[in-house]
Amino acid sequence: MAENIGTIFEWLVFLGMAFGSVMASFLLITRKNPIHSALFLVLNFLCVAVLYLLLSSQFIAIVQVVVYAGAIVMLIVFVIMLLDLENELRSRFKIVYSKAIGAFLALLFLLGILYSVVAKSPTGKVGSAYTPENVNANVKAVGQMLFTQYLFPFEIISVLLVAAIIGAVILSKKRT
Amino acid sequence: MWVVPAIPPALYLMLSGVLFTIGVIGALTRRNAIVVFMCIELMLNAVNLTFVTLSRALQSLDGVLFAFFVMAVAAAEAAVGLAIFVMIYRSRETINLDEINLLKW
Repeated sequence: MAENIGTIFEWLVFLGMAFGSVMASFLLITRKNPIHSALFLVLNFLCVAVLYLLLSSQFIAIVQVVVYAGAIVMLIVFVIMLLDLENELRSRFKIVYSKAIGAFLALLFLLGILYSVVAKSPTGKVGSAYTPENVNANVKAVGQMLFTQYLFPFEIISVLLVAAIIGAVILSKKRT
Repeated sequence: MWVVPAIPPALYLMLSGVLFTIGVIGALTRRNAIVVFMCIELMLNAVNLTFVTLSRALQSLDGVLFAFFVMAVAAAEAAVGLAIFVMIYRSRETINLDEINLLKW
């Protein structure tokens, strides 16, 4: 029984976080106030970060909290407050045929995903990256891989970020 | 002796599919551009969960690095996209997607 306790706890955390993330994303798409949507987005990101911890990827969990829940949602909330959306709160979520058809197609898409997940287990070359010492030093392992094997994409990403900064500044500059 | 099995990766993949579909439905049915943008972030997040799950299932760190790159691209996209929203709001006084149907005005 003693060796089962850890697994049972993992199951409990997984089920709780799965329920939390699905509920948060459902509330995200149904709330009328965009600020509420942004806060439920934060809740969803935090639940998924806990799932990353369960998958023993500490690095990506921390980056998820810092970059997604911190930086991106902060930007979104800032822009929502910058724009005056007061008059758009009403007359939303009317049932329109095109939207009903879109939602129906999305549900069909979900059925396709579920079938593909159940029908075949993932195949591929199995490596040996998750040794116990690598799991305990996940950040070190990811950093080593990032700065050796993935160095060139890393540099490309930095160029992309500089381009995005310049683009954002130019776009939001006041034309005079 | 009854042993509880570990969480199978298929459950994580199903959860990520559900989150992605909720994001798709939100992006198709909402009219506020910022909410649609948040739904797109939700979809990117679901795909990240798939990457990390398969990275764990296949014992390879490449999936984690791909999730990292997706996050970096999402950050760049957030900066540019929100700047575009501010610009559209300045010229049209609305970011309702049903009323934004021209690329140039």
